[in-house]
Amino acid sequence: MKRKDIITRRKALAVSASALGALLLPGCSKTSPPTYGSLLRMGDALTYNAQRTLLPGQSLAKEYSFGEISSFPATGTINPADSSKEYYSEEYERLKSGLFANWRLSVEGSVTNAGQYSLQDLQRFASRTQITRHTCEEGWTAIGEWTGVPLSSVLEHAGILPGARFINFYSYDGWEDSIDMLDAFHPQTILAYGMNGKALSIPHGAPVRLRVEKQIGYKSMKYLQRIVVTDEFVDPGDTGWAWYVGI
Amino acid sequence: MSSITESTSEAVSHRRWVKVSHWIVTVSFLLLAFSGFEILMVHPRLYWGEVGNELTPALLELPISRNHQRDTWEESKPFFDSDESPVSAARTSDELMFNQNGWGRSLHFLAAWLLIVPGVIYLLIGVFSGHFRNHIWPKRKELTAASVWRDVKDHLRMQIAPATGGPHYGLLQKLAYMMVIFVALPLAVVTGLTMSPAITAAYPFLLKVFGGYQSARTIHFFTSLTLELFLFMHLAMIIKTGFTQQIRYMTLGK
Repeated sequence: MKRKDIITRRKALAVSASALGALLLPGCSKTSPPTYGSLLRMGDALTYNAQRTLLPGQSLAKEYSFGEISSFPATGTINPADSSKEYYSEEYERLKSGLFANWRLSVEGSVTNAGQYSLQDLQRFASRTQITRHTCEEGWTAIGEWTGVPLSSVLEHAGILPGARFINFYSYDGWEDSIDMLDAFHPQTILAYGMNGKALSIPHGAPVRLRVEKQIGYKSMKYLQRIVVTDEFVDPGDTGWAWYVGI
Repeated sequence: MSSITESTSEAVSHRRWVKVSHWIVTVSFLLLAFSGFEILMVHPRLYWGEVGNELTPALLELPISRNHQRDTWEESKPFFDSDESPVSAARTSDELMFNQNGWGRSLHFLAAWLLIVPGVIYLLIGVFSGHFRNHIWPKRKELTAASVWRDVKDHLRMQIAPATGGPHYGLLQKLAYMMVIFVALPLAVVTGLTMSPAITAAYPFLLKVFGGYQSARTIHFFTSLTLELFLFMHLAMIIKTGFTQQIRYMTLGK
């Protein structure tokens, strides 16, 4: 995926979408995401609702053996500390030069304990290690071992308030996306800080990335900065890019 | 249903549900083929097994887009301290790659709904109305070596029986329709579902059946190719036996 293009288009779309949204939102029912206008996204919404209705809730994605770990291309944004890129983040560059010792994951929104989690804070939670297949929307796959804290542990620690329905994620490279509670509390949905037994590298999303094993690769956001618990979801924003990509 | 009189009568025309589902599936198939080709253009490499990416060898590489043989990777970094270690590498250049998968994927899955829902209804009516038994499934007496050979020879000489306006199909025609209805289209759907992370989490046997995600993707591609070849043959036969009249039969029934 070429994020540089997407971000540019996203900016243009964000303006038109918010203008359109202002007209549409009052009439929108909040019962089921994604609340998209276009025909294509009605197909995505149909898939989302069908899967949520028909599939068993928390079945696990296949986990592989250590010997099946494969080569793993790092695509999308490769370094948000690269000042020549459009997605350059000065803050990320500063954190990187301090070896992420000052990195904090902000958890906010509809929670009882909004707070900031350092890498050490996250590592103090019971960890989970899983060897899973990354399935890119482009069609390629790779198997890697991910170590991290289940997102559910962090959310329970923060204390989700009733009524919250989505977890929104914001990253240092400017990406934003969200998942629903079912995916957020899935046992294999983790905030990964380790890959193949080492600290997560920058091309793979250092210091912490999301892993959503029941969806396509682009939902597993790299370079996490902020988590917002809310009843409104953010959308990746580009034309037709599906909010739900369980298929 | 008066399916028995139907199959013996000469002037029977296509039933309405056959005509409607035929055209819905046609539209769906054209959209699926188009958006499927678009999705493939983003990564026109096919593999076997669970894993395949630009750092692993391909079974087949299709020269169909500028993403073909893209090789601008930074130095590969091994994950483990061994010679055979899997590696990681990031792209170095800002080359523009072709990726329209946003709308491409959404169109593909919308069109898939248009195939699956009418397809299942078609299969159910086909079984219970006797349509498959009477018109698609070859009769025992038709299935002799001599009659198969006769039909093959006739086709090679381009002596195709004229259009009947209804479901009175030749032997090869029945075999071709059977392959499409009972083998190719279901296989395309099932291999497609095998590529879904949420669906294989719920039904992991799908990955076992096809030997992994990438095998399913490769079979999906070749099934699609087979269906496109069928479409060309189908069109050739329609043209040979009178295009306008055939389209009228399948649309208006007369």
